[in-house]
Amino acid sequence: MTDLTLGRVTADRDRLLGLLQEYGVYLGVVALFLVNTVFTPHFLSTENFRTQAVQVAPVLIVALGMALAIGSEGVDLSVGSAMALSTSLLSLYLGYGPGVAILIALVGGAVIGVANGSLIAFVGVQPIVATLALMVAGRGLALVLLPQLKVVQDPAMAKLGSGDVLGVPYVVLIAVGLALLVAFVVRRTTFGRQLLAIGDSRPAARLAGLPVRRVLILVYVCSGVLAAVAGVLATARLTASDPSSLGNLMELSAITAVVVGGTPLSGGRVRIGGTVAGAVLIQLLTTTLIKHDLPPSWTQIAQAVVIVLAVYAARERGKR
Amino acid sequence: MTTDVDTPVRAKNTPEEEPSGAGRSERLSALAQQHGALVTLIVAMIAASLSFDTFLTGDNLENMALSSAFLAVVALGMTFVIVTGGIDLSVGSLFALGGVLAAWASRYGTVVALLLPLAVCGLIGLVNGLLIARSRLAPFIVTLASMLGARGILLSVTDEGSKTYLVDKESFFAKLGQGALLGVGVPVWITVALFVLGAVVLRRTRFGQYVYAVGGNEDAAALMGAPVARTKISVYTLSGLCAGLAGALNAAWLASGVTILGSGMELEAISAVVIGGTLLTGGFGFISGSLVGVLLLKVIQNVINQIGSLDSAYQQVVSGAFLAVVVIAQTWLGRRRRVL
Repeated sequence: MTDLTLGRVTADRDRLLGLLQEYGVYLGVVALFLVNTVFTPHFLSTENFRTQAVQVAPVLIVALGMALAIGSEGVDLSVGSAMALSTSLLSLYLGYGPGVAILIALVGGAVIGVANGSLIAFVGVQPIVATLALMVAGRGLALVLLPQLKVVQDPAMAKLGSGDVLGVPYVVLIAVGLALLVAFVVRRTTFGRQLLAIGDSRPAARLAGLPVRRVLILVYVCSGVLAAVAGVLATARLTASDPSSLGNLMELSAITAVVVGGTPLSGGRVRIGGTVAGAVLIQLLTTTLIKHDLPPSWTQIAQAVVIVLAVYAARERGKR
Repeated sequence: MTTDVDTPVRAKNTPEEEPSGAGRSERLSALAQQHGALVTLIVAMIAASLSFDTFLTGDNLENMALSSAFLAVVALGMTFVIVTGGIDLSVGSLFALGGVLAAWASRYGTVVALLLPLAVCGLIGLVNGLLIARSRLAPFIVTLASMLGARGILLSVTDEGSKTYLVDKESFFAKLGQGALLGVGVPVWITVALFVLGAVVLRRTRFGQYVYAVGGNEDAAALMGAPVARTKISVYTLSGLCAGLAGALNAAWLASGVTILGSGMELEAISAVVIGGTLLTGGFGFISGSLVGVLLLKVIQNVINQIGSLDSAYQQVVSGAFLAVVVIAQTWLGRRRRVL
């Protein structure tokens, strides 16, 4: 009798723990939201929401690509450099019109992705090293192309950066659209299924006859292009190209968002909703600390704690 | 985190231990893997000294040796971590934190100035190790978090980065960074001593063999009775200590604790270790290689500075491309050795 009750209690606790792990990130967002509503003056204003959304958009877009890379049991450290390269290319080719310039910037991101993917898929280099090489070289290349900050004066770019539809900035709309697109790709397309299978077990995927190399290259191309999109949007927001600082530490923010969102680092699973919530959670956390006049050092320490907690929770989930 | 199935587990650490009947090309590729970086370094130095009169001057060599010393100490700790198959991304932040703490503590004397950064950075390394070994979290993400955390601590002890602590130039601590012995800077001597010590520990002690065993195959190491968790905790603590010490020496050299230093240093250190022939998959690597890797990176940097007309951004392009070439060559050599 006692055993039975005990068993049920443990089972319930396990389930509760599981639910917490699964939906903890959403819970965190809601909790922070409520705390801010009560304690932060002017939190519930449209202007504040707009600011928050615009700030989180580039991180979110980069994190989408990162989620794909992590889902394939890899990681992409070169995203910040891809952003820098895209901003350099954008301002170099702006003379040909914004459309062409944006296209070339995105191609730049794709090229970094192809290089990453080829090193990983064909040569068999670990993702961490391959993308590290591209991270160093990519930033250098961006600086070679555009040695210093350059002001971007283009009406179309300015509109992209600060325009809106019904009060929602373009930047945010693009981020939401891309999140939906990536979620669809992961869930409903062959590519998404193949990606998850490869992340789960590469030998098994190979034995099953999946085009492992092609899928891996495509994953890193997606990550590079998404980072380039973020770079273009950030350039449009700032109305300036600054390849030396744009995208610095972006890989960390993106990895944090993905990991906090519950995507396991061991691959085989991608949670796009969680990634979005993870990015929002970090943004809200930062805002909360800043709005209450706590120094930036606290933000970094808090982020560190959140990352460790999130990974710790994911570990328990992986065990069962 | 990323165990690649393509990469064979290397149980053999030294070429001497390999079967005597091994083919010539296998030995060649092993040699290339072990000494490729050294050969490249020698070639690069010869080319540089032929191209620039200013390269082989005492001043230039001394500058290079000094600026290599700090990175080399960081790379030393990183080598141990990478040989166990892990990675430590927190060293850049710990380097900066160590420097600031040392500069702050230097007013209380040299002993405090050295002990405080070692204690704090060692403690952070210990926490890294505990989370990785006991809680079995991925090294990559744990040290990423402590990278952020350490930088947060750094900002909070420096008034959000606005305060720079200075070291009294007359103190013994400053001499530790700026002094010279037989014409060679003290940090260089310390670095050389640490490398000799590190090489002996990794090659000739039981702990060193455990480090290789854990990196080669963790489960097998555990079955053989190697203390896997303790070894892992030790290497991360060691890496933290090295980063803290390097930061302290750097602060002594600069006579101040500069808060913006050290970002990106983890990547430089990893690059140096990988270029030196240590495999990121673990179980295979050498201390001397990491020193060569550091020197090679610094020679590239120096040559690009000498050219002058080239922007320093080219240095990053070259370093990145070089890293890519090295890992491609390593993977290729590794595959060859397995096939043969």
